[in-house]
Amino acid sequence: MKAQSETVLSVDQVSVRFGGLVAVADMTFSVRAGEIVGLIGPNGAGKTTAFNVITGFLRQTSGDVRYHTTLLNGLKPHQIAKLGLVRTFQRTSVFQESSVFQNVLTGLHCRGRATLWDTLLQTARQKDSERELADHAKEILHFVGLDHRADEPAGTLPYGEQRLVGVALALAVRPSMLLLDEPVSGMNPSETARFIKLVREIRDTGVTVLLVEHDMPMVTRVCDRIVVLNYGRIIAEGTPAEIQNNQDVIRAYLGQGKKRA
Amino acid sequence: MNRFLPWLFVALLASVPLWLTDFYFLHILITTGIFIIAAMSLNLLLGYTGQLSLGHVAFFGIGAYTSALVSLGFHVDLFPGFTVTLAPQPAWFAMLCAIAVAGLTGYAIGKLAFRVRGAYFVIVSISFAEVVRLVAVNWVELTQGPMALNNIPALTLGAGAFEISFLRKPAFFILVLILGVASFIVVARLVNSRAGRAMIALRENESLAMSVGIDVTRYLVIATIISAAMAGMAGALYAHYIRIVDPDIFLFLYTVTMVIMVVTGGKGTLAGPIIGGIIFGFIPEFLRVMEIRPEVQWIIYGVLMILVVYFLPQGIVPAITHYLTSRKHRHEADVLPAASTPVPRP
Repeated sequence: MKAQSETVLSVDQVSVRFGGLVAVADMTFSVRAGEIVGLIGPNGAGKTTAFNVITGFLRQTSGDVRYHTTLLNGLKPHQIAKLGLVRTFQRTSVFQESSVFQNVLTGLHCRGRATLWDTLLQTARQKDSERELADHAKEILHFVGLDHRADEPAGTLPYGEQRLVGVALALAVRPSMLLLDEPVSGMNPSETARFIKLVREIRDTGVTVLLVEHDMPMVTRVCDRIVVLNYGRIIAEGTPAEIQNNQDVIRAYLGQGKKRA
Repeated sequence: MNRFLPWLFVALLASVPLWLTDFYFLHILITTGIFIIAAMSLNLLLGYTGQLSLGHVAFFGIGAYTSALVSLGFHVDLFPGFTVTLAPQPAWFAMLCAIAVAGLTGYAIGKLAFRVRGAYFVIVSISFAEVVRLVAVNWVELTQGPMALNNIPALTLGAGAFEISFLRKPAFFILVLILGVASFIVVARLVNSRAGRAMIALRENESLAMSVGIDVTRYLVIATIISAAMAGMAGALYAHYIRIVDPDIFLFLYTVTMVIMVVTGGKGTLAGPIIGGIIFGFIPEFLRVMEIRPEVQWIIYGVLMILVVYFLPQGIVPAITHYLTSRKHRHEADVLPAASTPVPRP
């Protein structure tokens, strides 16, 4: 059933070169609405580079990225975020000094209705808008399960919870597609299990998910489809079961057959 | 109580001209007040968007020169056959011009900061201030160069029988207080809004800010415009108070004074520039009154500053807030166990 839904993100023959180094070569894949797709590969395979290109943090050397019908080439990160394509980051995922609540309020930036004049003159619209944003922030914190941490500085939270703040920030933008960069790295197994549930809940609200991850059990549990990158090239694509039995993938991760124990 | 405390402070300041008869001390209050306004404007850039502008005095000086020139009028030959003449304008109008011109320069610098950040922005801002100073020194026809612009009219509002003059110190002190409170409210409203959160986000983590759809350039430019306009207003106040403006107004020392006020008080806090401004604005005068040798005065000043920055790297205001909250928590911790473990009595 999902196979028939429309394509939302299409990456078409994208290459990225840093001088002589080819970070991504001729990458072509697409993501359909409502899918959870995993982008995996050994270290240095070009996964984060691909993310940076899709979200406008890096310009590709050649190729096109399209979201729905919009060509993303040359758009700035904040413009892409406004289209509903929102990412999280590997490490630097929160505004350290601000409270968790303030973090989410910041994420709600685009939903605020007050103009600069409203702010300076403290108009009714300014106050209404701030109240609305505070309500939204509470809802989002409740959704990701961080209500009890609302007033703490985000930088003081345990690593796993900081990842959740990062997701809450991204959700605040009201994305139609979410890109998660290694979301469970640094999480313990029970946090990971809870996170998998959260990703499914997010998808069930109508958000398409693309994630980069090293934790293979997590990827195979949560993803509908997996794309495997190695040395900047896509070497395999398919369902988790197909990928687990793919000889090229096994070779990329573990080396040649004979040496495998 | 916390809501009324700031207003109590303002009321106390407003009463100063009623009981303070020493005009020299009132003069110190006025100049310190003007520099506190400039420091508040610097805090918006340095404390909230995290951009260190070491040429902030340029906006202050541009405000002072604009206000002086518009209120004095000028006559300049731009090139043969083309002259610009301006008749003297009322001082209040000149001040508005000063705010506008300083704001416009802020816009240009903000746009430039989009390309250069961090150390490069610092260098660009210093160079900018130096260029403006050189213009003030060399464009003698307009600025009188080192001969200075003299006899700048005092500020008056209204006309005829209803004219209010700010020539005398008590009236000028009240004016500085009103504009200072207004500047404080502008900064406070701004930083507690969506725009302010965008600025703080830019300081904390620029990539993350962009990823949630914040147009960081736009908010950096807005912050620079408001900050520059406010510094320009402070400069205009200075021009109409001292009533003489020369290129020394662009001294690097003034920028340093503002930075010291912001950093010791606590950058990125609303009260920081005020506390830092009061302490480091008064210390030199206080030391002078104590009749300490001038060299020793500056040594004490420097040592005090180093001590504050060394022991309270975040500044005085964050240190006090931290102390108060931790004491409150400790207090709660002391009270709670006693209440929850009643001692059974036979």
